[in-house]
Amino acid sequence: MPGSLLPSAEEAYSSPDAQGFFGPYGGTFVPETVMPALEELARAFEDAQADASFSAELDALLADYVGRPSPLYQADRLASEVGLGTVWLKREDLNPPGAPTIINTIGQCLPAKRMGKRRVIAETGAGQHGVATATTAALMGLECSIFMGTEDIRRQALNVYKMRLLGAEVVPISDGTGTLADAVTAALRHWVERVEDTFYVLGSAVGPHPYPLIVRHFQKVIGEEAIAQLRAKGADMPDAVVACVGGGSNAIGIFYPFLRDVPADRRPLLVGAEAAGLGLETDKHGAALTKGTPGVLHGFYSYLLQDEAGNPKEAYSISAGLDYPGVGPEHSYLKDTGLVRYEAVTDREALDAFALLARTEGIIPAIESAHALAMLPRLAAELGPEASVLVNVSGRGDKDMDIVREAGLGG
Amino acid sequence: MAAEQQVRLGADGAGARAASAISAAFQRGRPALIVYLMAGYPDPPTSLTSLVAAAEGGADLIELGVPYGDPVADGPVIADAARVACAREGGFGLTETIDLAAKLRSALGAGAPPIVLMTYLNPLMRLGLAAAAERMRGAGIAGVIVPDMPVEAARPWLAASHGLDTVFLAAPTSTPERLQALAKASSGFVYCVSTLGVTGERDRLADGVRELVARLRAVTDLPVAVGFGISTPSQAAEVADLADGVIVGSAVVRRQADPEAVHAFVTALAEAVHGSGSALPSAPQAP
Repeated sequence: MPGSLLPSAEEAYSSPDAQGFFGPYGGTFVPETVMPALEELARAFEDAQADASFSAELDALLADYVGRPSPLYQADRLASEVGLGTVWLKREDLNPPGAPTIINTIGQCLPAKRMGKRRVIAETGAGQHGVATATTAALMGLECSIFMGTEDIRRQALNVYKMRLLGAEVVPISDGTGTLADAVTAALRHWVERVEDTFYVLGSAVGPHPYPLIVRHFQKVIGEEAIAQLRAKGADMPDAVVACVGGGSNAIGIFYPFLRDVPADRRPLLVGAEAAGLGLETDKHGAALTKGTPGVLHGFYSYLLQDEAGNPKEAYSISAGLDYPGVGPEHSYLKDTGLVRYEAVTDREALDAFALLARTEGIIPAIESAHALAMLPRLAAELGPEASVLVNVSGRGDKDMDIVREAGLGG
Repeated sequence: MAAEQQVRLGADGAGARAASAISAAFQRGRPALIVYLMAGYPDPPTSLTSLVAAAEGGADLIELGVPYGDPVADGPVIADAARVACAREGGFGLTETIDLAAKLRSALGAGAPPIVLMTYLNPLMRLGLAAAAERMRGAGIAGVIVPDMPVEAARPWLAASHGLDTVFLAAPTSTPERLQALAKASSGFVYCVSTLGVTGERDRLADGVRELVARLRAVTDLPVAVGFGISTPSQAAEVADLADGVIVGSAVVRRQADPEAVHAFVTALAEAVHGSGSALPSAPQAP
């Protein structure tokens, strides 16, 4: 690892560079056909950031339509059950479509309209991003098509129904395993054909530059709110912050403000929870950072589950949001620099955490978010019974009722 | 070693275009036919037989596809063929494709058309750019097309791949600045992407292709070949009237399980293309 090229902890956190590289990760590896559209997107995003009327419009929608800020809740019964002093839950499960990706979809669709696009497309795994994009398209009067793997359509029937109710077309993708990676490929391929009138609303902190930067820009409100809310409550800086990582958008949303705004000596331990699926010793997992090697997939360079010939491997998780063979490039960089620690959580551990939160706090999380919650007992063992931990509850579990029932939760 | 490589780099840099086997394939006083086949599909021996059939049918240049698991720039026919080839026992990827190219060259002897590999970037990175280039040179491969490597991402590959041509793709959406940059970085020829032939939009798309070819000619002296969506001899003849080369892919791959059908189809394409108009009126003829 080229350690000397990486910023020391004292330096301001300033990734990515102008070409979209976080250290060696990220970049733009896509067919020429869409390169001009990415350049146009980068310019539109810069213009929007410089335009006060854009942020005013966005802030008004986030306050009045989404209902932000989301609450920061002190979960005492959960804390005592897992053996921690304090557990803070950032309640992103309370966003209207059930996950914070609505912030990102509104953030991307506003400039898309300015670019004169009348149609938006998106990929979706668990369906949360698809529902959020369909919601935003309905709100803004845009045509909308959602690409979704057939296996995910089976696992997430409720979200499929919601998307159709919101006026979106759901395009079933039966290629490969019929999951998130196949949906991303299909959406990219479709975008190559329709780039002139169509905007691709990418849902996670993945894809070619400038998408990871754009997604982080909108999702970072999660961490900014959390820091302000802790301060307003007179609370100490937590000892650790935990989020689940599939592509990694909710995780970068909560981590980034801690990296940017909190000096290294006061910064909490940042922990990302990947999907260990049936176990890291099996080939049924989605732990790109823990078990992968760097490579290019879906337009960017990052840790990747791949075979000897460089083909992406199938990822697996009980959670449709975490079974992705790659991971956002910034997380690869944060892993190599040691600024964030990544661990993997099995299906079983996630199901146990899911049940625990429901019983102790009356909150039903998304199965993705349950992977982050499953880190709490480990962190209690490591940090001790006085420690405080902030968890990003990145989605709610309505969509997962069939899955957890099949897995035997709730008797 | 390093000094030796630099010397070779210098020599190639000065003379690569004139000396390139790929450029030479365009300098026969007629439009060139470029035939794409998927390595390893439907199985390695049949793919070799079909490659020989394509060469004997009159292909001036063979574009050999490397099976890859996420072929984002390819339509269903090529993507499905890649999936079949990848799924073979033990896998079939970049190294097997390079070995297949060597076999094709030894099967055809001196009259073999040059071979350009069409590979996605990750298999190159996985093997290592320098190691991949070395292996390609050893197999007598003339160049590569990497559809997910835009010109600004190409520097590491260009530095590692002396002696090999690198063909960049130009799209109808490419800006003038991008056309200039990708034509400058290209060697061998420039690949002009059209969606000609899909869903009956041929007239409108043919106009778009004509315009893109003209825009490219304004910024480069390299041959310009047109591909994507050309599926019949008459479409190929139409494209041959305006470009230096015609690339036919899916329509060949669809027949690839039957080498005799490949031979017959490529023969018909070659007649249509070679009988057409315009090859490189302004380009220097081969010595």
